[in-house]
Amino acid sequence: MIAGALLFVLLAPFVGVPAVVLLQRLHRRCAAWGAAAAMAAGLAVLAPFVPRVLAGETLVARWQWLPEWGLDFALRLDGLGLLFCGLILGIGLLIVLYAAYYLPEKDRLGRFYAMLLAFAGGMLGVVLAENLLLLVVFWEVTSLSSFLLIAYKYEAREARVAARMALAVTGGGGLALLAGVLLLGQVAGSFDLSEVLARGDVVRAHPLYPVILGLVLLGAFTKSAQFPFHGWLPAAMAALTPVSAYLHSATMVKAGVFLLARLYPVLSGTEAWMVVVGGVGAVTFVYGAYVALRKDDLKGLLAYSTISHLGLVTLLFGLDTRMAAVAAVFHIINHAIFKASLFIAAGIIDHEAGTRDMRRMGGLLRLMPWTGALAIVAAGAMAGVPLLNGFLSKEMFFAETIGHPAFDGAARYLLPVLAVVGGVLSVGYSVRFVHEVFFGGAPRDLPRTPHEPPRWMRLPVDVLVALVLLVGLLPQVMVGPILLSASAAVLQGEVPAFRLAIWHGFTTPLLMSVAAMLGGLLYYRFRHVLFALHARLLPRDGGQMAFERAYRVAELAAMRAMAWLDPRSLPAYLALLVGFVLVLGVWAWRGGAPADLAGPLAWGSVDPLTGFGLLVLAVGAGGTVLLHRRPLVALMLLGVAGLMVSLGFLRFAAPDLALTQLSVEVVTVVLLLLALRYLPQVTAAESGAARRWRDAVLAGLGGLGVAALTFAMLTRPFETISGWQIAHSVPGGGGTNVVNVILVDIRGFDTMGEIAVLAMAALGLHALLQGLRLPPAAGVASAQPGEGLPVMLAMLMRPLLPLALAVSVYIFLRGHNLPGGGFIAGLVTAIALMLQYVAGGIDFARARLRWNYVKVLGAGLGVAVATGLGSWVFGRPFLTSTHGYVDPPVLEKFELASAMGFDLGVYLVVVGTVMLCLTELGAVSRSGRVGG
Amino acid sequence: MALLVSLAVGLLAACGIYLLLRPRVFSVILGLTLLSYAVNALIFLGGRLNATAAPLALPGAQGLADPMPQALVLTAIVIGFGMTAYLVALALRARAETGTDHVDGAEGPEDGR
Repeated sequence: MIAGALLFVLLAPFVGVPAVVLLQRLHRRCAAWGAAAAMAAGLAVLAPFVPRVLAGETLVARWQWLPEWGLDFALRLDGLGLLFCGLILGIGLLIVLYAAYYLPEKDRLGRFYAMLLAFAGGMLGVVLAENLLLLVVFWEVTSLSSFLLIAYKYEAREARVAARMALAVTGGGGLALLAGVLLLGQVAGSFDLSEVLARGDVVRAHPLYPVILGLVLLGAFTKSAQFPFHGWLPAAMAALTPVSAYLHSATMVKAGVFLLARLYPVLSGTEAWMVVVGGVGAVTFVYGAYVALRKDDLKGLLAYSTISHLGLVTLLFGLDTRMAAVAAVFHIINHAIFKASLFIAAGIIDHEAGTRDMRRMGGLLRLMPWTGALAIVAAGAMAGVPLLNGFLSKEMFFAETIGHPAFDGAARYLLPVLAVVGGVLSVGYSVRFVHEVFFGGAPRDLPRTPHEPPRWMRLPVDVLVALVLLVGLLPQVMVGPILLSASAAVLQGEVPAFRLAIWHGFTTPLLMSVAAMLGGLLYYRFRHVLFALHARLLPRDGGQMAFERAYRVAELAAMRAMAWLDPRSLPAYLALLVGFVLVLGVWAWRGGAPADLAGPLAWGSVDPLTGFGLLVLAVGAGGTVLLHRRPLVALMLLGVAGLMVSLGFLRFAAPDLALTQLSVEVVTVVLLLLALRYLPQVTAAESGAARRWRDAVLAGLGGLGVAALTFAMLTRPFETISGWQIAHSVPGGGGTNVVNVILVDIRGFDTMGEIAVLAMAALGLHALLQGLRLPPAAGVASAQPGEGLPVMLAMLMRPLLPLALAVSVYIFLRGHNLPGGGFIAGLVTAIALMLQYVAGGIDFARARLRWNYVKVLGAGLGVAVATGLGSWVFGRPFLTSTHGYVDPPVLEKFELASAMGFDLGVYLVVVGTVMLCLTELGAVSRSGRVGG
Repeated sequence: MALLVSLAVGLLAACGIYLLLRPRVFSVILGLTLLSYAVNALIFLGGRLNATAAPLALPGAQGLADPMPQALVLTAIVIGFGMTAYLVALALRARAETGTDHVDGAEGPEDGR
């Protein structure tokens, strides 16, 4: 029950990805409905489990994936996960609605929602993962999909740069996280969160703890845009506002603090944790708040405010008291709600006014009173104004800074002062946002006169600001239970008693809040003084510029290094490769225990026939080399060598190989002959003598190595590993041709891969030759259609075709028991068809053989897969075969195995591959667009 | 016999390597084909030389030839064709784009002497 539900919640967005792309064809609104359905369905499915989770249960579902590597597909739903699921899906739903209005009418929305859903799915995976490795996998999904989302307007260079930066920073952090998690799993002895969480003591006492902590924190800090990794977040404001509103309020950046929360019981409780997490959080908190005020761009201000608030959450985790962790969770909720509404409001203003530059705005409250009022409330929450949700968590934060156990003496004032300074700065930028946009005179040359947006576009803000108020006014009712269970999940133990109320009496935190309010107003009033001071003392901040510069320098350095290292020449690479393999071979041989080259087995005597065959082989191979500058002759000699190889297979009891080699030889020679039409017929002596000698030495040594290896192998006894296959071939696979049974039955899955490779090679050729026009090389007579065709051959070939096809059917059918099978039959069929082309000319053949060979390929793969899936119907694993005898009238009794269906797939793929290659190559000079 | 067969395989490999290092596309394709003969033969010979082995598991057949290397090599031969075809297409495309059949897409400094 829970297993299915969790799987559904996680998979719904991913199923939605292709669905919205298809739905957009109907109407852009259908895409929106599809995306909304994927999110809403997740919420609906989770709803029944809410009471159990709130009661403190942790629900776990598990599917084995790679148990030997400790990777299970395991999901868990606890308070923390439920909270994040709610944020991801709830705010996601609002974003879906908002984006439908925000994006221009001509955008079909499919691409946007596909990326958004992929991202939401990744986030859900991160928060639901029970297995740490699974968490990292989904972490990467969020990095990649956020890259795509930020680069949605990829025509704009700014968006591309921002996306690249986000990917570089968060992706790099992801790698660090992977390393950290691998170490953590090793140390804790499991990758299961439930077990890892229970072994905090072991992990903290381990000598590798600082390394693990550093790597995991690197992942968390990059994702949550903590100083000094914050640069990507303001740059990512180049993304569409719905994206910013989603990524920078409830999801992407929250993944980092989620990680801190998730691993809190394991990693926290040490001085290192407090110093690093607390320190980075504190710096980020103040730095972000300070920079936010200086931003003229509406979204820029919100971006730095986000950095600052994430710093606050990080700082709270770093304070490392139980109550601070509760405050951190509470602030995660509050920040997600008010920041999402602020981003959406900023997007509405941008949409309506045509600019995000606050210096040009003013007095917008009169023009858009409702949106303005909502945005002011949300900004109040951001500043920590009483009666709004942000106030509550901020006051908890203030309370936690007082009397922290790690600070005593004069230092005990340090944290409260820092908190108030941060509060002052936050109030300052919040006031600027409210004052410059909505009050303060009239707008200055806005591109458009703003007015209220469509009702549905504003609905997300309505809902979110209602939540801001409700949480602010009725905290215990609204978030009490979920905060309790989420905190319990973070702390993995007793949650300190807390009381959510708007009034705690006249306390020190309240005093700090008042001080922050007044200080903030004063700070805003006299900000120009500070700005002037800043301009004089500090350089311009330019995280993005610095990143770009570093990126370019790295790029240039890489190019220089490549130019120096890389000869950019295939022969040079290959020579290096051969040389290296030689060194490896010699090292392996001499490095081990000394052994004689010859083993104990008798060498065996040479019979004259074999000796003669080997001699011809040597002549063929040697001749190919000697005459390689005359390609046509060399090709013929190569054919001789190939023929001898196939005879060799026949000689040494491998009739299947002999047949295959022989038929492949035929098609290869035709293929190369066709290619020769477009390549020089004679080439000059090319390399200098020194180069030729070097190559000859390399080749000689390589050949000697291979010969030595072969000889050493041939003279040593061996125990076959095929005993099982031989024993089961007849009773299990129903065939006496063990080679064929191995191919289509015992190792059918491998063969499936091999025919897929074959099909890919043919499709690759198809793509490469698409639209290619090449004139025949110099010295090649360009034959006119129908001219110079061999009449005798043509007359002979036509009646031969059915005969040849009959032979191939015979070879196919007998394959299971006698030499033959799909591979060979396919080659024979292809040769028979090819001869029609040779004899009748390409136009003649093409007019009669109207096959689309690409489709033949597809049909072959389809048949093979269908045969494999067929065994599922009978409840057996993929590609299990069965067999029986049929006794048709007239014909001889023969055996029919289901593997034959698979072999038919092989047959079709082989025919398709060979014919596609040959016909397309043959047609290169005919037209730009070749058949198939 | 073992020595002679080994030398033949070695010769195939040597010829293949030498042609592989030539600067013209067609030679490289020839070289690759020769090298794949050598490699296929090497794998096949993992079942050892036995001219009298029985190829089929018929009732009463003794001393069956090792089917495993054969099965490996059979698909390797066919895939070898796919690879050669792809290489040929690549070579033709490269010639159309660069106007030369030099493997580096341009006449190298060492060549043409």
